[in-house]
Amino acid sequence: MLSNITIGQYYPTKSVLHRMDARMKVILTAAFIVLIFLANRVASMALVLTFLGITVALSRVPLKMILRGLKAVVIIVLLTAVLNLFYVREGRTLVDVWVIHITTQGVYTAVFMAVRIMALIVSSSLLTYTTTPTNLTDGLERLLSPLRHLRVPVHDIAMMMTIALRFIPTLIDEVGRIMNAQKARGADLETGNLFQRAKALVPIFIPLFISAFRRAYELAFAMDCRCYRGGEGRTRMKQMKLALRDIVALLILAAVLAGVITINHFLPPVM
Amino acid sequence: MENIIEFQNVSFRYESDTDTPLPRVIEGLNFTVHRGEFVAVLGHNGSGKSTLAKLCNAILLPEEGRVLVDGMDTAEESLKYDIRQTVGMVFQNPDNQIVATIVEEDVAFGPENLGVEPQEIRRRVDDALRAVEMYEFREKEPHRLSGGQKQRVAIAGIIAMRPDCIVLDEPTAMLDPRGRAEVLKTIRRLNREQGITIVLITHFMDEAVRAGRVVVMDDGKILMDGTPRAVFSHVAQLKQVGLDVPQAAELADALNREGWGLPEDILTVEECVDALATALKPTGKGPQATAT
Repeated sequence: MLSNITIGQYYPTKSVLHRMDARMKVILTAAFIVLIFLANRVASMALVLTFLGITVALSRVPLKMILRGLKAVVIIVLLTAVLNLFYVREGRTLVDVWVIHITTQGVYTAVFMAVRIMALIVSSSLLTYTTTPTNLTDGLERLLSPLRHLRVPVHDIAMMMTIALRFIPTLIDEVGRIMNAQKARGADLETGNLFQRAKALVPIFIPLFISAFRRAYELAFAMDCRCYRGGEGRTRMKQMKLALRDIVALLILAAVLAGVITINHFLPPVM
Repeated sequence: MENIIEFQNVSFRYESDTDTPLPRVIEGLNFTVHRGEFVAVLGHNGSGKSTLAKLCNAILLPEEGRVLVDGMDTAEESLKYDIRQTVGMVFQNPDNQIVATIVEEDVAFGPENLGVEPQEIRRRVDDALRAVEMYEFREKEPHRLSGGQKQRVAIAGIIAMRPDCIVLDEPTAMLDPRGRAEVLKTIRRLNREQGITIVLITHFMDEAVRAGRVVVMDDGKILMDGTPRAVFSHVAQLKQVGLDVPQAAELADALNREGWGLPEDILTVEECVDALATALKPTGKGPQATAT
């Protein structure tokens, strides 16, 4: 039934962002998030947002998709903004009625926090829009691989992620089949209160779990037959190589960072 | 001829959850597969044919006797990966043997595990995907493929490890007729063109007909072993152990019991038609054969 779903929220276009090395994208996204919080002048924030805007345009992901990610955090953004607005007491008083006490500083903080959260969401969703889950997992595995010296099972975690991604569509299909099978046997999944409906899901999930365990068992056999023995001594077909565009992206972000630091140094803080 | 798989007096039983041991699934089995052969192993459920498959590449180890793969004893732990590289295994459900989310990455999984160099993996993956005619699907996601295509990807994943022999445990049982035909065509071509030894475990008679040799298992033992012609001429005996015979062979057998005197070793529809045409040919009198 749902065999056409796309895993994750990858949005395929052939943009330069899509072709970038996943490792570089992860690093740059992390660096960009630091930048968002570093920029505390109007001018530096404007610089950071311009950079984000250009990146979004370069990705060729429709703006609608980008904004959809923001819908989920509207409440958090509003809550943060409102709290900051009312609780920051520093600065020149703008409104002072009854218990409401709004200062210039409060307005600045509220706006900055709201902008920061939204920029955070947009930049991280841009990472998942432009990188396939497989590449993302691979990139993370390679980035985190030094951690294996600290006995973190990086390879095993990445393999689990890959298998989970691989089996999501299979299990979704399976849920559909089981639901139909139970409906054919008279199961009522659509009516009743919350408790009754939750209870009606039990006959869906028990067969699903049994089947998932059976699949895991068979997959383990198949992996064993294909000589899988963990990450030790394993090679990869696809080597990740940094291209010129990755270096260019890094340099651009470094320039933005330098710009933000300079602005912060010469302009007085707004908060 | 050189033996690629050799069972020497092998017995096996599964471990029991209770104190009473389970009966033996394989009992004193002697069985050899020669290099380059295409062997079909037939048997109804519980005849021990799947167990036989798993004994071939050290997934299961014999309780008694020895299994030799290209001269290597499967009981030797240190040879485990050499053995699995020599004898690859394809299972029934293609969904449960594909590991990666992209076709070509799944095919690369085996060679990656073997520590093959990246460029060599790329070459092997491309060769393997061409060999199963799935090259143009190399960047697709496995869950978007049909059952037959997925099974061919699974076969490519094994070929990329460059095995000498592939054991297929009912690879077509979950496929539709078209998927079955695709998979069988692929298997036959690999045997013919690349000289890969094939052990095809199945309960479909028509798949066994095209093999070079048919082995019939019943109750953990080998009941018959010979060319498809020789084996399928024993219609009554096959039926006794719960197996079907190819329809053409069954029809010829039924007619022969009525005294028609057709050849004993009819296998395919064409042969049956020819034999009947000959038998019905007007010998001056009698009915005119008008089948055109």
